[in-house]
Amino acid sequence: MRTRVEALTLFLGAAGMLLTVGAAPCFGQIDINIHTATGPMESHIGDVTGQSERGKAYYRRSCIGCHGPNGDGNGENALWFDPVLGFAKPRDFTLATFKCRSTPTGTLPTDKDLFEAVTRGFVTTNMPQWRALTEQERADLVAFIKTFSAKWATQKAGTPINIPPEPTANIESILRGRENFQKMQCWKCHGPEGHGDGPSASTLTDSKDNPIRPYNFSSGSRFKCGETNQDLYRIFMTGLDGTPMPSFADVIQPNDAWDLVHFLRTLQPLDTPEAKAWKEWLTTHGKELKPIGAEEAPGGGQ
Amino acid sequence: MFEQGLKIGKLAQPGSLRRAITGIAVAACALLAAAPTAHALPNGKVLAIPAFARKYGLPCSACHTAWPELNNFGQVFRDNGYQLMNDRDSPIWQNPSYFPITLRMTPNWHLENTTNQPVDATPGVSCVPGGTPACVSKTVQMNGFDLSGMDFWTAGTLFKNVSFSLLPSSNATATFHFENAYVRFDNLGHSSWFNLKVGKFELDNLISEKRFLFLSANGGLYQSYHFVPAGDSNNFGIGDNQLGVELAGHSANSYTRYSIAVLSATEGNVGFGNGNTVVNAGRTYDVALNFSQTFAAGSQGYERIGAFAYIGYRPTYAMTALGAPITGEGLGNKPFYRAGFSADLFFLNSKLEFLPLYMHGYDNVYLGTGTQANMPLPVGAHAPSWNSGFIETHYYYTPQLVFIGRYELIRMSQQALSSNPSNQSNIDAYSIGYRWYPIMFSRAGLAFHNEYSITKSIGIIPLSADGVFLPPLAANGKVWSGSLFIGFDFDF
Repeated sequence: MRTRVEALTLFLGAAGMLLTVGAAPCFGQIDINIHTATGPMESHIGDVTGQSERGKAYYRRSCIGCHGPNGDGNGENALWFDPVLGFAKPRDFTLATFKCRSTPTGTLPTDKDLFEAVTRGFVTTNMPQWRALTEQERADLVAFIKTFSAKWATQKAGTPINIPPEPTANIESILRGRENFQKMQCWKCHGPEGHGDGPSASTLTDSKDNPIRPYNFSSGSRFKCGETNQDLYRIFMTGLDGTPMPSFADVIQPNDAWDLVHFLRTLQPLDTPEAKAWKEWLTTHGKELKPIGAEEAPGGGQ
Repeated sequence: MFEQGLKIGKLAQPGSLRRAITGIAVAACALLAAAPTAHALPNGKVLAIPAFARKYGLPCSACHTAWPELNNFGQVFRDNGYQLMNDRDSPIWQNPSYFPITLRMTPNWHLENTTNQPVDATPGVSCVPGGTPACVSKTVQMNGFDLSGMDFWTAGTLFKNVSFSLLPSSNATATFHFENAYVRFDNLGHSSWFNLKVGKFELDNLISEKRFLFLSANGGLYQSYHFVPAGDSNNFGIGDNQLGVELAGHSANSYTRYSIAVLSATEGNVGFGNGNTVVNAGRTYDVALNFSQTFAAGSQGYERIGAFAYIGYRPTYAMTALGAPITGEGLGNKPFYRAGFSADLFFLNSKLEFLPLYMHGYDNVYLGTGTQANMPLPVGAHAPSWNSGFIETHYYYTPQLVFIGRYELIRMSQQALSSNPSNQSNIDAYSIGYRWYPIMFSRAGLAFHNEYSITKSIGIIPLSADGVFLPPLAANGKVWSGSLFIGFDFDF
């Protein structure tokens, strides 16, 4: 009797299992309908080759909630990201416009750029670091992201810009950078002290007309596109496409850009060589400084 | 929370074969028919937190292979103190209306069938095992609709790098206890290698019983995590949450992890008692050690391997007052340990997962024979030891459908008494089932859970607590205990 009961319960359990599996697709949730613009894509990061077919599974598992089944940034959570409160809307992959690139403005990023963005995440946003995924999984994801825009099928990624060796970060370089900060009117958005509160800050919008905040250097956080001096240099020269932050590649020379990098480092509450040199100089020369900003602007710039 | 399996009140109904079959069929059909409209239906064994999904806007599947089991991203998030490390983790960044509370429970239908149970030959006339009137062995079967226990969980960050967890958990009759309650100081010295946790928490087992995919009375626990041999006075289970302090660390991607915990010998009980009514004490401290390393395996996924050890003492008698043991005044402490290896291995583009574990257990001879350390040992006494292990398999057909299976065995290598049959306390356990998540987004979770689990234990009470909670009449008597479980596991 006992054996019969067990056999029957097992059988009925298995039958229930099969019924459920068979019926599951009818409920419309198992196979989320992901729409892509291209056929299968690949990515190449070092010696790792990503395949979009595999990346689709990771996208569905981890990304779809924000970036949406169409990759247009309209996932179920996008509604709740309020740019006014500083939470940027999810990236719209169908536009193939990316902030963090090593390539000139207006061009497609390299696979490595996308890979690093996925790995690094975007600080102060809901985009987390995905370094918990294996390199292969991230490469697969990059390949899949590319299927959302036909641009990837018709255009090549831009050529990464050259980053010349960094000159010494001395006080002369910092002071020149400060002049550049004034001259190039960086303060209009980032504010005289780099707090992200310049006179234009409240009017800024991204390419989708969502409000966007300039970076606040005094937060001391990582930059969205990295955290090193080289990363900051690259941001000047490539710009952050889709945002009001332009590329300065045609406006300033490499040495000027490095000077700016060194000055901006002094605005961060971090223990950097630039900050140390700046503090030492200020103790004896602070009163010589003209404030940053418009002529009539009071104070600022330390 | 469903603690240790599903300690659900069973419907005491001796079932005939026909009734059992009818019950199963009706329940299966009813639940299947209800599935499309199940959005308002609800679960509960362990830990999955839609509150985090709501906070960060990530779907369940971002952190879980299939909730509640964590994937590596979820592991990193947990290791970071429930932080994404995006400089927006502190509650000051949250909408004030956000409140991190999760509820989990599982309305279900289940059948429990246990063989070789000593029952009265005449109902109402108490039998005496080994005496007169004699007991008879019968199969005991129960089935019906039921509730699981409930988790009422809140966890998150108090500030950047200060996290907490508070989990009042109840049985099916709403009797609550604190399953966990701790504060954790994360990234001490700006290093992920130093995190300090104080309170009651789960041991850092590579294979977590608190976040696994089985719910039935027989399958809803790892036998290895709670096993002690027949006659042993130790009540330790490596699957039980403990009270103490833990230092843990991990690499940025949690590929390398370690933890060292110093724990009160109270088996997670509050008030200095250890839950043992005879020797309700515990003045010593235990140590738990865990280490694991993960390797990326290309398109297969990742492979994590680890080692663990737990070393402790338990009292064998207590100081007494008027003959009653004084809580917290344990004497005659004797050692025990558990040590082993485990792994979490992925294949086929992370669709196929294997969770193997091997553990060796040892209890001091006084613990093993239940003898006070100030009394002579019985003749033929030995320190009991055993080997146990399991292999669990998950196949993720999609993020919303997972098939599960497990085989587990425990084999005594040294009986506490020479007179014990050599196979007494041995266990074999089998489980198979699936979980289907008809909805999966970042607000809540629902799983239809179907599982069949069966155990064979020799001469002892099944760990499922099924049956009459007495050992079989013969010391080498086999007890088969089976569970069929169908339920809706909801997490809000």
